[in-house]
Amino acid sequence: MKNIAVSVNSISLKFGSHTALCNVSFQIEEGSFITVVGPNGGGKSTLLKAILGLIQVDSGNISIFGKEPKSVKRTDIGYVPQIKTLDRSFPALPIELVSTGILGFWPQKINKELKEKSMLALEKVGASHLSERPLSKLSGGELQRIYLARSIARHPKLLILDEPATGIDFASENDLNRLIDKYKVENNATIIMVTHDWEAAFHHADFVLMLNCTQICYAPPKIAFEEKTLRRAFGHIGHEHEMIFGVKGND
Amino acid sequence: MIEIFSLPFIQRAAIAGILIGFVTSYYGVFIVQRKLSFLGSGLAHSAFGGAALGLLLETEPLWVALPFTVIISILIVYLKEKSKLSGDTSVGILFSVAVALGIIFLSLKKGYTNDAFTYLFGSILSVQKIDLIFSSFLALLSVGTFFSQWKKWAYATFDVELAQADKISVLKDEYILSILISVTIVISIKVVGIVLLTAFLVIPAATARLISSTFFQMTIYSIIIGIVSSFVGLVASIQLDLPTGAVIILIQAIFFIISLFFSRK
Repeated sequence: MKNIAVSVNSISLKFGSHTALCNVSFQIEEGSFITVVGPNGGGKSTLLKAILGLIQVDSGNISIFGKEPKSVKRTDIGYVPQIKTLDRSFPALPIELVSTGILGFWPQKINKELKEKSMLALEKVGASHLSERPLSKLSGGELQRIYLARSIARHPKLLILDEPATGIDFASENDLNRLIDKYKVENNATIIMVTHDWEAAFHHADFVLMLNCTQICYAPPKIAFEEKTLRRAFGHIGHEHEMIFGVKGND
Repeated sequence: MIEIFSLPFIQRAAIAGILIGFVTSYYGVFIVQRKLSFLGSGLAHSAFGGAALGLLLETEPLWVALPFTVIISILIVYLKEKSKLSGDTSVGILFSVAVALGIIFLSLKKGYTNDAFTYLFGSILSVQKIDLIFSSFLALLSVGTFFSQWKKWAYATFDVELAQADKISVLKDEYILSILISVTIVISIKVVGIVLLTAFLVIPAATARLISSTFFQMTIYSIIIGIVSSFVGLVASIQLDLPTGAVIILIQAIFFIISLFFSRK
């Protein structure tokens, strides 16, 4: 039996009177790929922040590799945030951003050893040619590769991605998903990815967590994407999804 | 021109200008990049409330302005964290209250209140030895933070969430940075004045941003521009017999305009 990488036990969280998460429980085995899907405002990003230890839950508990989130070694977790939060006016080069993944702080100077490690990470995501291009001049897809390079530069056992496909084209998204799969296989890493792309969630994940503040289901993709589950999570099913799952849409 | 530097008050002014040019332009990069220009202005005006209280109590105004401004800076961070208000709104509320208090303190003081205007416009040529000691101490402290804190401050300036995920205590660091900025502002007031202080915090950093491709570069360029413009401005103001603070800001503005032509978009 595989070890448990992440254990979430009956967590609930409120922001004022708004319930962000209600009684969410699941366990992730080491080396598994989990996608988290659900409607906007359904608590997906909040869940990731709770797992990262950025916010405290009101009740329940979370354990990462057997420890509380705040006690987990920094290098055990790689985090790819939503690029829409990026401040493009910040003067920075991709190689600096990647080196923060190794150092855990912003570098003043990049020495030879740090440069080699950062370049290696950039090569793994096919972005070594972008190392000296200002962040402000990168496309969404290029930026996501840089963020992925940053998070894998530290060789994390757990990789957490928050909507990595937002704002990038279809080809870039496919490339990104391929790179994530490759990292998972080569490092037996555990992946948690929030996504709005049901097709990616269906094809890449071992398990799908469907959230709408409460936990709708935590199951293999074929079960998670059944019509009744989708209707419980989203209230409706778009026509475009009929092609993916053969589930007839109603809007 | 060299002879003027044999005069002790000019020597003190030159040293004070360089030290204040250094510290304001150093903290300025965080103020500009975190979009907190209003914080600098707000804290400078808050210091007016403290200085006015000092005048009312008939003690050294800056001794009162220092804790007064530090408390305001802590309250700004606290209010921003604990309420749903934006940083700008927190600054707007607290600095208005501080200025209102300052006006009341001055109105309560019987007799002549012209001293208050010294703090509004500053006077680099009237800098005393004690001012230089404080400025030197602040400059040394700032050099220390450049080696110990800059890496964490820069990371949180880029992305608070990433820094937190990497176990950096962002909130504690924000309090430290905010307190150091308020100390910088109070110590700079006598030299620069409340009205012109925002320019010292913003223009060198904004100029450096235009010509920098990394945040480290921006920090170094900002410091160089801050120091050079203070020194050149001081010399030019003596030669032209014009107010020093205002001339320094015009020199900073010239640097800014030149940088626009070399701007990295």
